[in-house]
Amino acid sequence: MDSLRSRINPGSEEFKENARHHRRLGEDLRARLEEIRRGGTDEATATARKRGKLLARERIGKLLDPDTPFMELSPLAAWGQHNGKAPSAGVVTGVGRISGRECMLVVNDPTVKGGAYFPETIKKHLRAQEIALENRLPCVYLVDSGGVYLPLQAEIFPDRDHFGRIFYNQARMSSRRIPQIAVVLGMCTAGGAYVPAMSDENIIVRGAGTIYLGGPPLVKAATGEEVSAEELGGGEMHSRVSGVTDHLADDEEHALRLCRNAVACLNIVKRVDLEVEAPEEPLYPAEEIYGVIPADPRRPYDVHEVLARLVDGSRFHEFKANYGPTLVCGFARWWGYPVGIVANNGVLFSESALKGAHFVELCAQRGTPLVFLQNITGFMVGKRYEEQGITKDGAKMVQAVATAAVPRLTVIIGASHGAGNYAMCGRGYSPRFLFTWPNARIAVMGAEQAASVLVQIKREQLERSGKTLSDKDAAAIADPVLKKYEIEGDPYYATARLWDDGIIDPPDTRRQVALALSASLNAPVEESRAPVYRM
Amino acid sequence: MVKKTSRVRKEPTPRRPPESHAGMKVLVANRGEIACRILKTLREMGIPSVAIHADVESEAPHVMLADEAVPIGEPNNYLDAGLIVRACRARGVTAVHPGYGYLSQNAGFARACGEAGITFIGPSPETMEVLGDKRAARRAAEECGVPVVPGELECDTLEAVRAAAAGVGLPVLIKAAGGGGGKGMRLVRRREEIAEAFAAARREAVSSFADGRLVVEKFVSPARHVEVQVLGDGRNAVALGERECSLQRRYQKVIEEGPSTGVTDTTRRALLAAAVRLARHARYTSAGTVEFLIGPDGAHHFLEVNTRLQVEHPVTEALLGLDIVRAQVEIARGGALPQPPPPRGHAIEARLYAEDPARGFLPTGGRVLSLDWPHHPGVRIDSGIRQESEVLPFFDPLLAKLIAWGEDREQARRRLIEALREMTLLGVVTNQAFLLQVLTSDLFVEGRTFTTTLESTPWREPEVPEEAREAARRALASRTRIDGTGHADPYSPWDPAEGRGAPA
Repeated sequence: MDSLRSRINPGSEEFKENARHHRRLGEDLRARLEEIRRGGTDEATATARKRGKLLARERIGKLLDPDTPFMELSPLAAWGQHNGKAPSAGVVTGVGRISGRECMLVVNDPTVKGGAYFPETIKKHLRAQEIALENRLPCVYLVDSGGVYLPLQAEIFPDRDHFGRIFYNQARMSSRRIPQIAVVLGMCTAGGAYVPAMSDENIIVRGAGTIYLGGPPLVKAATGEEVSAEELGGGEMHSRVSGVTDHLADDEEHALRLCRNAVACLNIVKRVDLEVEAPEEPLYPAEEIYGVIPADPRRPYDVHEVLARLVDGSRFHEFKANYGPTLVCGFARWWGYPVGIVANNGVLFSESALKGAHFVELCAQRGTPLVFLQNITGFMVGKRYEEQGITKDGAKMVQAVATAAVPRLTVIIGASHGAGNYAMCGRGYSPRFLFTWPNARIAVMGAEQAASVLVQIKREQLERSGKTLSDKDAAAIADPVLKKYEIEGDPYYATARLWDDGIIDPPDTRRQVALALSASLNAPVEESRAPVYRM
Repeated sequence: MVKKTSRVRKEPTPRRPPESHAGMKVLVANRGEIACRILKTLREMGIPSVAIHADVESEAPHVMLADEAVPIGEPNNYLDAGLIVRACRARGVTAVHPGYGYLSQNAGFARACGEAGITFIGPSPETMEVLGDKRAARRAAEECGVPVVPGELECDTLEAVRAAAAGVGLPVLIKAAGGGGGKGMRLVRRREEIAEAFAAARREAVSSFADGRLVVEKFVSPARHVEVQVLGDGRNAVALGERECSLQRRYQKVIEEGPSTGVTDTTRRALLAAAVRLARHARYTSAGTVEFLIGPDGAHHFLEVNTRLQVEHPVTEALLGLDIVRAQVEIARGGALPQPPPPRGHAIEARLYAEDPARGFLPTGGRVLSLDWPHHPGVRIDSGIRQESEVLPFFDPLLAKLIAWGEDREQARRRLIEALREMTLLGVVTNQAFLLQVLTSDLFVEGRTFTTTLESTPWREPEVPEEAREAARRALASRTRIDGTGHADPYSPWDPAEGRGAPA
């Protein structure tokens, strides 16, 4: 396979300017990650320490195989919400290797409001379970939570994708032989008691873990019975009397060791049904991505320059390079795995959409995983294009993407607007994993387009009644829209609401996608079935 | 004064004639560390070698060291004399080295070898028969004026035992006349224990040695166990110094050293002279060990003769700079007895066993996941394992021996401690920490070592530092990969990368 040749001069002023801009975005990201990784309040952390408890991320460190990575998901969930009092939404989720097997970890952070479930906590927990289900990853729950955050019960309890869904998912996954393992390191009250109870195998720490439907205060109120938490639902009781727990650990480290042992007994074999080669670094350093992407998001650039810094040996076997060139399709290797890449290089035309549909079908038939690099303002509009049937051509690409049963991974590397988001495997298309760069913008359309559309609608309304729209009034309509789109199109706004699986620094993309790809290969690649295409 | 370099051309040192072992081919009828140790000398001497191995250890280190290997099937076939003689015939073997244990003290095997025209590297079957029998050996010792432990030889009935006990005075030991290794041995402290002890000793003697004859000896306590290494050629014999092996657990030696801290020069001279007298008297051939007990009064008593190469022979090799196995081979092909140089410095050997001190020293097993021997000046390692070796329950739990030599006892002790601290063996529970505990104890430092010392030393579970736990976790994680638990993801980005540090 031939290598891409970069045509960018890293010594140019423009490159340096771009690099400065994007490096700063990367630094902002790292600073925010550092902030949330401190967990809850210092007070809560000190209390946990005093009780001899490890912090959530320390627990993960002890659980995983040494020197292996942890792919944390949506670390910035609930960012900027709940007065900043819910870092990571109070739960750490991610994929890591335990006793040689890739597992999904869902780890409560008791330093954040006692591990209580906010709406984003539930969304994050459910998303982790969805990833586990789709990719057949054993689930390990490190439980230490007081249950739902009562003041927000209406956004937490009643709906389909609320708290109860967690246990529904556990039962369904267990029935599909996706192992469910819980380690009870603290409280598991009320609904939370079902996490260990519905696990295939569980572990509890003596003197620290408790499981009960109603805690001592509730019991006192309901029946007048006075009982300590340990008597009511401690490890000794559940391991010797009730049988709710399977393994009694002396301390947290012991519990995590037992958990590693439990995973070692799962009898799970990962079979990678791909023709794999030894990985090869790209010819150009990943750091240069910073300088490749223009600081001004409206300026076009050649996405081949990004590809040359992501794929093995910068090798790229491009498909239909001269047809519909605003969409770049081609085969490459990513950390040794064969992949099909679909990347935007401008607005989508009928030809680009047809080529995209063809290429996605090709990958689906060959069982080749797909990586979408999304930077799209939308499909081309206008009389000529509508006559050409751009709507049905766009639909074909959306259909092909929606039905390709191979692992699909999406990285939003720039704009994500309109139907382009659908065709490029946006969140609604259930990519196995979706990551975002800090420079991304996610909205139905660009802020300026949205503002001018609304101004135009108002102008037409006024014109029908013989009036005109002054520049001042136009600005009064446009400004709040611009502002709103500015805020809501921000990637941190998106990641806070779990519209993605996390923001990643562009130079980390190669490794992150490789980890995600490898994790997704735990599920066998299914056969794709074609929909009815409108010809 | 600085010596000037001589300008006169030196006569070239006479080249040693090429060693002539033409036609010699040796089968090592053993396994583990001792087979490896013997094979190394054979290789060094340029003698073609043959290993035997049970089917379950076809890739054991001793198999790799030999020029040829013969599978013998079941693990207990190392004891099958007929099978081994047939293997020798089939492979054109001229001599057999039996090592220790197994058939090494089996006169029948030595005789079968002789009848098949194969040299048995060891004493003659007749010598073995005399010295292997407690009664005969004691008589031989008495004949050459070697003091023996007070006792009675003919104690095959309860009445005889009672009479003997009364005669020498309690406490006494009842021992099987036809065996050793603690089997069929009972300590009697009070009169009313005699009947029960007699019955138990007799039962064990019959089941272990098919020989219910018993002897009664005075129980010497606290006693030191001191032994003399001898070499004989059937006519003459030499003593290669003594070793002290008092530190034992259940008649199993744990730490040996030389010279002994518990004997005076006068006693030492007496011991060496007695050992040589006995060896000459028994027309002893090859390497052997004459064992003595030193009582609290400093008096020495003959115990028994081990008619084989001992586990702890490297202690003597370190002190003398001599290869005892080489000497055995030379003697076997009719060569001269070596003239032993005087011993120099001090040597200590520690036996690394696959035993769990925390569980009453029960044998352990498993796969050696990580193995890193120390590289320390003056330290020798005789090992029968390597990384990935499977330590199997039906073999001797001795994994390796670490032998440290020093100018004095303290240097040797410190070297051995450092070596034991340096070494890493993960995957199999060993007595490594127990050895360190003994070597660092005041008892050992002061040389207050008696045969009962270790039995009365309680085992203290050592503090395990976090780094050690981390290393264990690492080894465990790497095993998951090595075993290839089925995943065909050969370049997985999830694989551990050195130096990535803790996840998260």
